[in-house]
Amino acid sequence: MSLQVENLTVYYQTLRGNVQALENTTFNIADGEIMGLAGESGCGKTTLGQSLIYLNPPMKYMGGRVTLNDHELPIADTKKMDDFRFKEISVIPQYAMNAMNPTCKIGKMTAELLESKKVSFKEVKAELDRRLDLVRMSRDVLNMYPIELSGGMKQRMVMVLSTLLNPSLLIADEMTSALDVSSQKAVSEMLVEFRNRGFVKSLMVITHDISILYQIANTIMIMYAGQPAEKASTDEIIHAPHHPYTKMLISALPRVGIIQSKKRLTSIPGTPPLLLDPPGGCRFRERCPLAIDKCQEVPPFIEIDNGHYVACWRQRNFTNLSL
Amino acid sequence: MRQYFGRKLLIYFITFFLAVSIDWLIPRFMPGNPVQGMIARANLSAESAKMIYSYYMQAFGLNIPIWQQYLNFWIAIFHGDFGTSIWLFPEPVIKIIKDAVPYDILLLLPAILVSWFAGNHFGAFAARSKWLDNTILPIGYILTATPYMWLGILLAWALGIVVHIFPFSGAYAYSMMPSFTWGFIWSLAVHWVLPFLSLFLVMFGGWAIGMRNLIIYELESDYSHYLLALGTPRKLVRKYAFNNAVLPQVTGLALQLGVIVAGALVTEIVFSYPGIGYLILQAIQNEDYFLLQGCFLFIIIGVLLANFAIDVVYVLVDPRTRIGMQGEG
Amino acid sequence: MQTVTKPKKKNELLFFALRNTKLRIGLAIILFFVVLAIVGPHLAKYKPNEFAGAQNHPPSAEYWFGTTSFGDDVFSQFASGLGAAFEVGLLGGGIGTLIGLLVGFVAGYRGGLIDEFLNMLTNIVLVIPALMVLLIIAVYLKARGVFIESIFIGCFAWPWTARAVRAQTFSLRTRDFVDMARISAMRPLKIIATEIAPNMMSYLLLVFILQFGGAILTAATLDFIGLGPTNVISLGLMMNNAVIYGALILGVWWWFVPPGIAITAIVGALYVTNVGLDEAFNPKLREM
Repeated sequence: MSLQVENLTVYYQTLRGNVQALENTTFNIADGEIMGLAGESGCGKTTLGQSLIYLNPPMKYMGGRVTLNDHELPIADTKKMDDFRFKEISVIPQYAMNAMNPTCKIGKMTAELLESKKVSFKEVKAELDRRLDLVRMSRDVLNMYPIELSGGMKQRMVMVLSTLLNPSLLIADEMTSALDVSSQKAVSEMLVEFRNRGFVKSLMVITHDISILYQIANTIMIMYAGQPAEKASTDEIIHAPHHPYTKMLISALPRVGIIQSKKRLTSIPGTPPLLLDPPGGCRFRERCPLAIDKCQEVPPFIEIDNGHYVACWRQRNFTNLSL
Repeated sequence: MRQYFGRKLLIYFITFFLAVSIDWLIPRFMPGNPVQGMIARANLSAESAKMIYSYYMQAFGLNIPIWQQYLNFWIAIFHGDFGTSIWLFPEPVIKIIKDAVPYDILLLLPAILVSWFAGNHFGAFAARSKWLDNTILPIGYILTATPYMWLGILLAWALGIVVHIFPFSGAYAYSMMPSFTWGFIWSLAVHWVLPFLSLFLVMFGGWAIGMRNLIIYELESDYSHYLLALGTPRKLVRKYAFNNAVLPQVTGLALQLGVIVAGALVTEIVFSYPGIGYLILQAIQNEDYFLLQGCFLFIIIGVLLANFAIDVVYVLVDPRTRIGMQGEG
Repeated sequence: MQTVTKPKKKNELLFFALRNTKLRIGLAIILFFVVLAIVGPHLAKYKPNEFAGAQNHPPSAEYWFGTTSFGDDVFSQFASGLGAAFEVGLLGGGIGTLIGLLVGFVAGYRGGLIDEFLNMLTNIVLVIPALMVLLIIAVYLKARGVFIESIFIGCFAWPWTARAVRAQTFSLRTRDFVDMARISAMRPLKIIATEIAPNMMSYLLLVFILQFGGAILTAATLDFIGLGPTNVISLGLMMNNAVIYGALILGVWWWFVPPGIAITAIVGALYVTNVGLDEAFNPKLREM
């Protein structure tokens, strides 16, 4: 088991109090698994991604355990976490286009970054060149400044950079949303290729665009209001979802399978609850057409099938509950 | 590259042209017959008054057409002829200025450069932690808000009069003549300290504040966050942030030149330091418009040269402008 | 940070503004001096240029800030100088902001040749040391008031503002809401007034504060050279008189210390307020 997250709770500290951005989140990512993480904006998917690698203020660790390859990650201790970052767990951030120092040559920056992590640039250089070839970039980019690269090139460069030390887990946050459709496809396929070649063991792909996940993800986890709603294989999420929220999300999409649209997941009636003071029980209750009294209690995120997890009182294992 | 500098140079040439034209107007738009007025106020002997009057009527060429006067002024400038001073008659203005310029260089160059480097590093240092930010930085605000002359007055009073550490008037002891002797150089050095200090401190505050604000923006920027997410040591992140925050400070130097000139002017007045600024005060008080004219022109030339130097430096330090230029061919 | 809830924007701004220590300290200092400038002249026992009786008298119950070598009451001069300083700041800073705003807006919004021309004008005025021109004008004008001085200061202080406003307008111009307004055929001036200006209000406030402080410093410099207002006592003139009439040698520190403290405190407080406001306006700089 590559990544195990147990009861992870992370809040945002604001002047008005704690925003409960991530509440009791539990899930696993297996070796070689590409897990898509989807949901409306504000559902906590970015918070989850950031907490795993760089939990900085105003984010605050409230509890839970994160284990990567049987090592517990000290995610709340930013100093100790430095040993794991980049080497064991790495990230392609949302802002990949601006992620490189604009006044430094890319090669120089890479070298300084590696040396600062006590990795010899010389030893890695050959592999770096091979990977640049793989993503179809000229080796000359190392002698260029970021401004000389196109948006897509910058993204691929960051991709190569982030995975250079073969991390166990790579978090790719909205990395395709700024690209046009054909680049999206190319970048997504490269991610899969990186996994296939073992540059990264497993992947967490954060996006609001389920169509991308359909193409590359093995599993998809849907989040709602700071909690996982459902996690299952991509096929099951798309074709046999259990959670009412997932169902609504999927039905809001144009015909799945041939979709290439960048439609945002916002066409569900109602809005998610404010996480400053969220309602108790199931957080989807207010918008849920199937809500019952039982939903005032928090539904557990349980495995109903092999690898299929749902947090809902109305899924089939609970049908014996009195309605 | 050529286009970039072509543009800059065009602006500098237009500025120079305008400045010289304003300069030409100085003695002419002063009320009354400027020559008569100047001589009456200059308290010269009757004989030399007569001489200077005829000299100036001729020099002014008040009987020739105005456009020719203007043209002659340009020609004179290129011959380095700024006329004769009234205040220090019969010294030529250009000689008086030449004698003053070394003092300006001696004072301003170190003050500007040292304050820039020190201020930038201090500001970056203060941005390191909240504690430093809150304790050290107020000093920067106070310094940059201090009027140059007031700091000068305070230093002169505190270190010159209350505790006799440094002399506070002139560029060297009045009993001395400029020479290459240790005694003179020592005198020059101790007289230099206070005016340097007051210029340095005020500028230092400004650079420190500027750097602190810039570096905080840089540390919040995307590349800093990416590096931190990859567990890069803070040292490297801070180094990048500093390198990037310094660039606007280079431009800031160009923007500050006008203020620095003003600061130098009053500082020299406070300390009777015989640079251009002190000359300007003398020129105003003695209504020596030719001297004022010469000083003005000299400052314009100095500021333009400094601006151009900063442009060149900026292109050297910021790869983005260099690359942008290659693009335009 | 996408999860942070957003309450009403105005309340939030006020909330962050009032909570900011820098802003509170800055405003308190400014307020103190404003009150002093208004009340001071009425409290003073003597007129600024009235012979108060004793020469070089140290601060005492009779002469709060002491007297000058001429026997003038320093407090009285100080209070009237404060008023002049605020006048210059308000007027000179206001004019500087206004011209900069106009030039920057037009250049940034219209672009093309107009931008080219205005940009060049800005750069030219920027390069010429403003003080030198002010100096020449002052020498020419034999009688000068605070009003005239402020106007001239404002007329040469605008270039950096124009530059900054131009850049801001440039970036705002390309945003969606301006495009929407343009598509719906709004007149350019109306777009500026209704779409661009409100988005820049916070920024303009910051600019005005800096212009305010700059104008006070410039005026103090001019006054110190003896080219300030001829009809009133200003803080810069007090320092000038103190230096000329030997306050340093005589040890009459109470003559030159108060005006300097006032300028430093006011301008410093303005800068601190500026940073405080910036932190309140800019969520990235807010402290949690």
